[in-house]
Amino acid sequence: MANYHQPDEHGHYGPYGGRFVAETLVPALDELQAAYAAAGQDPEFRAELHSELRQFVGRPNPLYHAARISQELGGAQIYLKREDLNHTGAHKINNAVGQALLARRMGKRRLIAETGAGQHGVATATVATRYGMECTVFMGADDIQRQSSNVYRMRLLGAEVVAVDSGTRTLKDALNEALREWVTRVEDTFYVIGTVAGPHPYPAMVRDFHRVIGDEARAQCLEQTGSLPAACIACVGGGSNAIGLFAAFIDDPEVRLIGVEAGGLGLASGKHAAPLNSGRPGVLHGNRTYLMEDGNGQILPTHSISAGLDYPGVGPEHAYLKDSGRAEYVVATDEEALAAFHTLSRREGIIPALETAHALAYAFKIAPQMRRDQSIVINLSGRGDKDIHTVAALEGIVL
Amino acid sequence: MSRLATRFAQMEGRTALIPFVTAGDPSPAATVPILHALVAAGADIIELGVPFSDPMADGPTIQRANERALSKGVHLRQVLTWVAQFREQNQHTPIVLMGYLNPIEAMGVEDFAREAAAAGVDGTIIVDLTPEEGQHESTVLRAAGIDPIFLLAPTSGSERVAAVRRLGAGFVYYVSLRGITGAVQRDWQEVLGRVRQLREALGLPVAIGFGIRDAATARLLARGGADAVVIGSALVERLAEATDVDTAVELAHAFLTPVAAALAEPTQVSA
Ligand SMILES: Cc1ncc(COP(=O)(O)O)c(C=O)c1O
Repeated sequence: MANYHQPDEHGHYGPYGGRFVAETLVPALDELQAAYAAAGQDPEFRAELHSELRQFVGRPNPLYHAARISQELGGAQIYLKREDLNHTGAHKINNAVGQALLARRMGKRRLIAETGAGQHGVATATVATRYGMECTVFMGADDIQRQSSNVYRMRLLGAEVVAVDSGTRTLKDALNEALREWVTRVEDTFYVIGTVAGPHPYPAMVRDFHRVIGDEARAQCLEQTGSLPAACIACVGGGSNAIGLFAAFIDDPEVRLIGVEAGGLGLASGKHAAPLNSGRPGVLHGNRTYLMEDGNGQILPTHSISAGLDYPGVGPEHAYLKDSGRAEYVVATDEEALAAFHTLSRREGIIPALETAHALAYAFKIAPQMRRDQSIVINLSGRGDKDIHTVAALEGIVL
Repeated sequence: MSRLATRFAQMEGRTALIPFVTAGDPSPAATVPILHALVAAGADIIELGVPFSDPMADGPTIQRANERALSKGVHLRQVLTWVAQFREQNQHTPIVLMGYLNPIEAMGVEDFAREAAAAGVDGTIIVDLTPEEGQHESTVLRAAGIDPIFLLAPTSGSERVAAVRRLGAGFVYYVSLRGITGAVQRDWQEVLGRVRQLREALGLPVAIGFGIRDAATARLLARGGADAVVIGSALVERLAEATDVDTAVELAHAFLTPVAAALAEPTQVSA
């Protein structure tokens, strides 16, 4: 796709994306869109963002050659884009910093966010503190139970964590609640969405803030290997770490782009979070995209071992990239992800997030069928410290 | 003339009363009897909520009503059969479905428009469908004889009012406050002023919704010249107490009667 340029001015990626919200939110989105466009043109804003990414987040992070695993797999060379080394331990902070700077520029003094695994909530709480803003994070009541250490981290950082006990009490319901809060307090509140979902301009804006991942990885890969990777692989929940990586390679047709969804207990079981693999187009959270829904258009509960992938929708740009054939979307099951989690920990000394482990699992599957002079870039979207309780519990260990 | 246009023509300056209930709540069997009870108590138009798993513009009261209905397996096609049943005895009271786009998309907007019209639905308020995104849907609905009713808010600019004028029909739903259903409005005079401007600009009746909880507020808005008032969360809250169909019917009737009486009081004509 030479000269790929999405979305159009109304936020449409072909039939996907757009702005499906109650009228009360439209002016807030218009204001945001105008402010974002102006900030993008402003050299001062760009310089400040660049400086924050260096000084506070710790960019650029390495593109690490996982030589031991590559050797063992006997095929393509595995390269890991180390987003886990960012401050707060995941890619989420790239976007949180970008949106917080934009919020400050717009004169908002309060940030709100939704969170599933808690990583985006922690990132938002962190930047709110850094810029002297108030912060409220909405989190499904069930996720609060599952991710108690991140809840405590957010509170340590001074954020208020609000338990959402409507619907399925998970990420999608937290997003609904954050939208409701935003519409009620739009004057002083900026809603920091944590993935490439939501109404326009969120999917494009969040992608742009994460594009630094792909830009760095592409330059690093060229420098370290002398050529582009044969494939880029990332896990897909809402799709922010994946689109951040893919964005820099979309115009390179020789690079395969592979998104890995949460296969849960297997697609046939229905207990998964893989809308691109088994869903169909519909409208949720302000955009049109692939969704997991029943025959009556009700959104289905999802399942994944990783709370960060446990979402029934996916960013609209991924829906477009799927239909156009530019990117491929596959699944890794809970079991496969868990095995990859252990493999990376034991072979490379890197404990990945369970979300990330889905991308690793698929990479480990295809690498042996590829040539040794080819490389695969995997977005190592986060570190696994937050998941050790989950993994230990599966092994019958109480920490 | 559509049932909605006829109804507004019959009002002759009086304010139309539009109660909102969620279909299938408090129980599927109660819905049709509740609709009749509301008419008997003085409803001029009825808004029937179609349950959705992710009602992002609704406050806790209507969220819970959606959850209760969904837990009993209520779905859009079933809601249409209830409208058809209601129509067997009532051919005059307009029914407007209020809900979110996804259940309609899942059914297919063409099929929905045809089946809803056949069932006797008069209008739709699709909360998350703005005029910008809803051009195709509006055309299909209008072709089937269903009025696409859009929302406008205190913050809607003139450009958005123009878009609603182009695509909307039946009436316009004015969201009286920045927020979700069930919230509290304080400055009704400002609301009324804005509604007068909108009616002028749109050439359509303007219903005021969100934040009207009782007869006193309804009376205030009627005296201020409102075309219609929507009363939702307060009624849904009351119905949630019902444990059987008869109680639900009684509660609906008892709740709406004083509101209807307040609207029926002769209004002092203000300048
Ligand atoms: C480490 C990590 N990777 C991936 C994700 C999934 O989000 P996305 O698909 O937006 O990258 C999350 C979400 O919490 C995460 O914490």
